[in-house]
Amino acid sequence: MRNILIKIRDLVHEYREYDENDNLVKTMRAVDGVTLDIEEGSFVAVLGHNGSGKSTFAKHLNALLMPTEGTVIFSGRDVQEIENLWELRKEAGMIFQNPDNQIISNVVEEDVAFGPENLGIPSEEIIARVAFALQRVGMEAYRLSSPNKLSGGQKQRIGIAGLLAMKPRCILMDEPTAMLDPEGRREVLRTVHELNRQEKITVVMITHYLEEVVDVDRVVVMDHGKIVMDGTPKEIFSRIDKLKEHHMRVPQVVELADELRKEGIALPEGILTVDELVEALCRLR
Amino acid sequence: MSIKVDHVSYVYDPDQKVRRYAIQDVSLEIRKGEFVSIIGHTGSGKSTLVQFLNGLLKPTEGHVYFDGRDIFEKDFSLKLLRQKVGIVFQYPDHQLFESDVLKDVMFGPKNMGQSPKEAEANARAALKVMAMDESTFEKSPFELSGGQKRRVAIAGILAMNPDYLILDEPTAGLDPEGRDEILELIRTLNWSQRIAVILVSHSMEDVAEYANRILVMNDGRIIMDDTPKNVFRSYQELEKIGLSAPQVTYVAHELKKKGFPIDEDIMTVEEAKKEILRILTHDS
Amino acid sequence: MIRDITLGQYYEADSLIHKLDPRVKLAFTLIYIISLYVGHSFYCYLFAALFLAGVIALSRVPVHFMLRGLRSIVVILVISALFNIFLVDGEVLVRFWKLRITKEGLVTAAYMVVRLILLILGSTVMTLTTTPNDLTDGLEKSLSFLKIFRFPVHDLAMMMSIALRFIPILVEEVNKIMKAQMARGADFDGGSLIKKAKAMVPMLIPLFVSSFRRANDLALAMEARCYHGGEGRTKMYPLKYQTHDYLAYLVLLVYLACMILVSKVL
Repeated sequence: MRNILIKIRDLVHEYREYDENDNLVKTMRAVDGVTLDIEEGSFVAVLGHNGSGKSTFAKHLNALLMPTEGTVIFSGRDVQEIENLWELRKEAGMIFQNPDNQIISNVVEEDVAFGPENLGIPSEEIIARVAFALQRVGMEAYRLSSPNKLSGGQKQRIGIAGLLAMKPRCILMDEPTAMLDPEGRREVLRTVHELNRQEKITVVMITHYLEEVVDVDRVVVMDHGKIVMDGTPKEIFSRIDKLKEHHMRVPQVVELADELRKEGIALPEGILTVDELVEALCRLR
Repeated sequence: MSIKVDHVSYVYDPDQKVRRYAIQDVSLEIRKGEFVSIIGHTGSGKSTLVQFLNGLLKPTEGHVYFDGRDIFEKDFSLKLLRQKVGIVFQYPDHQLFESDVLKDVMFGPKNMGQSPKEAEANARAALKVMAMDESTFEKSPFELSGGQKRRVAIAGILAMNPDYLILDEPTAGLDPEGRDEILELIRTLNWSQRIAVILVSHSMEDVAEYANRILVMNDGRIIMDDTPKNVFRSYQELEKIGLSAPQVTYVAHELKKKGFPIDEDIMTVEEAKKEILRILTHDS
Repeated sequence: MIRDITLGQYYEADSLIHKLDPRVKLAFTLIYIISLYVGHSFYCYLFAALFLAGVIALSRVPVHFMLRGLRSIVVILVISALFNIFLVDGEVLVRFWKLRITKEGLVTAAYMVVRLILLILGSTVMTLTTTPNDLTDGLEKSLSFLKIFRFPVHDLAMMMSIALRFIPILVEEVNKIMKAQMARGADFDGGSLIKKAKAMVPMLIPLFVSSFRRANDLALAMEARCYHGGEGRTKMYPLKYQTHDYLAYLVLLVYLACMILVSKVL
């Protein structure tokens, strides 16, 4: 049993809209009673369509939003009781959807240094950390470049390097690939998987692409602010009807396997990749 | 009736000694009623190319003809061309600005010199085609969801009654359901109104299912111009330039390698299912 | 149009001037401007011009790059020259219609033009040899004494560097918005001034909306990366004076002293 890094209990978040006289006009429950344990070192994907509450949920894990009800406990500390929030945020860094709107400096290495500078780390150590972080995401050649000249995938990797330089225990990613082309998407996913495996950094990734969650440890599906499915990718992908019910589109291979199964072909459950399907079909002949 | 691009090139910064081409010697013809898709990775020149088609960009070399007339000739009205050849860019936020949805969609028709009444009628019709509910017409476009914004942006072009509709990555950033919705609506437009659709995309699955002709771009050139089946048949070449075929195409190729007598030109789940069932039932 | 403004454009080169601490270069600009107002004689301007020529030579920035910055002020130069030529009283040289040209007018005009040119060139040297980031750092550090008056030096410097990062992005965005609206038949050039202003609305509103969204995103991203103001912040490359910086200060002082001497003696 691995150590639990983030413990979420009955989390509720409401957006409230007021009119000019400060009267409450509308309440929107974006997160509605989420309970979840995230193990240290694991790679958790949170799936859901637009408006399912997944992004709102993620912003509670580094206290960008505070719970309306319920608690979030990060490494034993209740986030609502932490006085200096940056002590939490250096341990739980976040990557956002739009790569442009999270780069602060116009030189790559200075952007990577932004986090450690905020933490008051001595200069020599910042230099070492920046070098390490850039090398880790494979962007050391662009140290002195302007971010404006980079591709979307490269910008996101710079963003990840910016978090690495703070030595985080956990990386939260809010639809990090939604604005990228397929190549950029692959780059970013490869990078975080490596960090998860080699640096043992916990990853929580919000996405609406099922293709991206095939090789994660655990998938959580959200709809209407609630967790509606929770399991390994194999478990999740074996309940295709339920996924569709929650407005998810499964990868072609998974769908094909499911269709064939419905026609009475005896394929095993939990086929996720081209190779797995081909192998299973060959065994049938 | 066609748009014809004849040996066009586009150079960034013509003053520079070393010429950097965004588009290099591209020729193509798009006829009324076609559903063409342009694929290529970021920076392959696909977004530049489509801007020639309605004169938003002027090529450094070469000509563009609309129904046989050079669009950059002096007496050719670019305004009229832009009514006939509509383009919807990637981010709807770049065009929505009016106080309500209906007014926003009326912007194009009004610029084309239509009376407010005509413009409103066209706007209403376009919004209806894009499946926007009447209750949203009075709303601010900024209050809409991502998918709705996208549909209003497309309606804003449709309201001018174009013969050609260019869509630059219309599904970027949408969730799968929003994506299917938009693509279905576009397909309907192409079928029922015979509007030619030029879809710029990097999603192979979208392209395979909807287009009947694919242009593959790389480094400012068109390297393939063929039916989806023929394009995906050379999936290895696609991979060399950072693209890939739909997943089921790979399944078919792999199965073929393992000795399945399968048709390799499979692109959709439906086709794959039929083929595999045919083979398996034939075996037994 | 944007390409013509040299101010704010860095020219990459390996020179002594490039290596100087940005604070030295800020001081240079300030002292140089002051020196131009110390004396008004031919020799003063000659000396100032020679000094600047020396600095430019040391900076290894091609001269035509320097001169490019002058293009944007040609109109101002011509207008101020004309004003001086026709409006200064003195010994009349030429007279026609209601206008007259005086000897003093010509001299003042010439000095004025020379001073303006030197002034622009002097500040261009700084902007061409200092990256915008160094410039911001330099300003922040040089003005840090203002903190005692509760002046938000750090915040302003942060705003400046964010502006530097986002200006190119916004320029590109304007371009994209204009194209999107042109595709809907919008006309951005032509027409009367009022018509032109009206045509800007479909461009400005999407630009504002997008800028606000970017600002919002960026604020969130900065917070997520532990930004909490200038307090307790360190720097990856803190500004530190080297020997050549002290020498440069010395040269500046000597220059200013000489300038005063020249103005008094010659």
